[in-house]
Amino acid sequence: MSILVNKDTKIIVQGFTGKEGTFHAEQCLAYGSQIVGGVTPNKGGQEHLGQPVFNTVKEAIDATGATVSMIFVPPAFVADAVMEAADAGIDLAVIITEGAPVRDMQAAKAYAVKHGMKTIGPNCPGIITAEECKIGIMPGNIFKKGNVGLISKSGTLTYEGANQVVREGYGISTAVGIGGDPIIGLSYKQLLPMFEADPETEAIVMIGEIGGDLEIQAAKLIQKQITKPVVAFIAGQTAPKGKRMGHAGAIISGSAGTAKEKMDALEAAGVKVVVSPAEIGKAVKEVLEAHKA
Amino acid sequence: MNIHEYQAKQIFQKYGVPTPRGIVANTPEEAVANAKELGGNIWVVKAQIHAGGRGLGGGVKLAKSLDEVKTLADEILGMTLVTHQTGPEGKLVQKVYIEEGADIKDELYLGVVLDRAKEMPVIMASTEGGMEIEKVAEETPDKIVKVAVDPAIGFQGFHGRELVFGLGITDKAEQGKFIKFAKALYTVYMENDAEMIEINPLIKTGAGDFLALDGKMGFDDSALGRHPDIEAMRDLSEEDPDEREAGEYNLSYIALDGEIGCMVNGAGLAMGTMDTINYMGGTPANFLDVGGTANAETVAKGFEIILKNPNVKAIFVNIFGGIVRCDRIANGILEATEKVDVNVPVVVRLDGTNAEEAAVILDNANIENIITATDLGDGARKAVEAAKGAN
Repeated sequence: MSILVNKDTKIIVQGFTGKEGTFHAEQCLAYGSQIVGGVTPNKGGQEHLGQPVFNTVKEAIDATGATVSMIFVPPAFVADAVMEAADAGIDLAVIITEGAPVRDMQAAKAYAVKHGMKTIGPNCPGIITAEECKIGIMPGNIFKKGNVGLISKSGTLTYEGANQVVREGYGISTAVGIGGDPIIGLSYKQLLPMFEADPETEAIVMIGEIGGDLEIQAAKLIQKQITKPVVAFIAGQTAPKGKRMGHAGAIISGSAGTAKEKMDALEAAGVKVVVSPAEIGKAVKEVLEAHKA
Repeated sequence: MNIHEYQAKQIFQKYGVPTPRGIVANTPEEAVANAKELGGNIWVVKAQIHAGGRGLGGGVKLAKSLDEVKTLADEILGMTLVTHQTGPEGKLVQKVYIEEGADIKDELYLGVVLDRAKEMPVIMASTEGGMEIEKVAEETPDKIVKVAVDPAIGFQGFHGRELVFGLGITDKAEQGKFIKFAKALYTVYMENDAEMIEINPLIKTGAGDFLALDGKMGFDDSALGRHPDIEAMRDLSEEDPDEREAGEYNLSYIALDGEIGCMVNGAGLAMGTMDTINYMGGTPANFLDVGGTANAETVAKGFEIILKNPNVKAIFVNIFGGIVRCDRIANGILEATEKVDVNVPVVVRLDGTNAEEAAVILDNANIENIITATDLGDGARKAVEAAKGAN
């Protein structure tokens, strides 16, 4: 078991034949992901990386039965691609592209929700079910199979966290990079209950950062419905107010969105909060051992 | 990206958001000419910088004669204005805005920002104009009226009614004027891909008209490509030169006031590295995200930018190699140290794909001031020690 994706998941790539799409689709195929085709307008009928290319998502679904789309189109075309996927009946769109305008994402997400399509990202590393299915740009070799679920706003902190978990002798069930933009798809609130319901996952690592209040919402949800141990790190304790820390969403405005506020809320919800990402692996070991005892 | 008040008001006027009349000036002579052109016998001379709190800092003054316009413009142009938003170093005033005087009866607040929880724009209005909205939100949250507008339906009549009744505007003519104002401002927000708009204060005149006395706008950087007119409003002198230079190389840099320079790939890990340095008893000198594909060129540029800061006593390079293999990054670092004279200790932690090979490459290079670290905690500790040793 795992969440959202596994070895049988059929995936298409929107923006399949572009430089980024090609490079990463190839890596995903090498990992064992079932990429069954791709979409690039006006290249329908061609073959790319040994898979068929289609002009539209509808054609791709009809021919391949794909349920997930990995999106690599340039920023200005992301909203269009997401809405096309939703309209065609894709279940989950994983949006890797960085730099999509916020207004576009607002409209695209609202449309996806209306059509019952889940989204991950944009501006994220994607999702990986260890040793089964990688949909994104993360280094697959780090993610050894195991019982820890991981949810992170940050790409490299996802790798850092997974790497530490593996070094402590554990592994990852599924890891989801949700992205750090102001408007994102699936977040802690939807993913935590999925990990709670997944029999393979025994502990959850959540990595957040300054800005917004998703982590505060997560804390409320954990208190009510999550029984599995949760380890959390919030990046940006030393970030000054009003300065954007790389991610479009990582900014402390007014008194809201500070790391301290989020850490306090999570701690109050029974989460093991670490003050440095260097402590994630150790903390996972601690909570898992305590949980078994 | 942010713009000046006078530029925001130009955009407001295009959309029918009422503002007092005004003209921007670069010299005291221009200021006088502008005042003459505006006519009347009272003017406001306003410093144009990208920061709030200008009035309190002495950057907004009332002039009752053309002579006074000249004196005040002379005084304000070239001054370094320090406000609660500029930091202690302040900002140099290079432009003043000459505006006709207004008959202020009431001061209100009106803003539009993205409500991230609702995932739609929210219009915020308050009768407590002139005050910092964050303070109002903290002390008297009931005095802020928030109305979220779903872009799928746009600004409807009920949005307007919720605003005016929430603010306690009872005069029917005034209600109509305020609703028209708010609707126009919402359109400004949507059509220009604004990230935030703030009018503080928005005034009601003795005649019952509403005017934007101030105007602040920030834009979604990702959308600037489709707004060349707005991109043309960029004032580079308002931006930190180092942050700007970094941006040209796709590096994200923010200066801080500590001693340990940080070079990291990924925004989250960069913040996490700063936090870890702090936790180990050191102070980070900067935030620097070299992006997903760290190579010799970006690393060299990173060193250059970090070393411009004279407070830096040690550098911590913390890179998690994923798709980009660590051995290649290690070679990149060596190449970079040949290009740039790095005169402080550099702690290098490379983890991820091919980390062992990378450590061998760095050790064999035998460069005196490169210290290798095995993990994030180890690296941060060594960087803190190195910075202390340099003191």
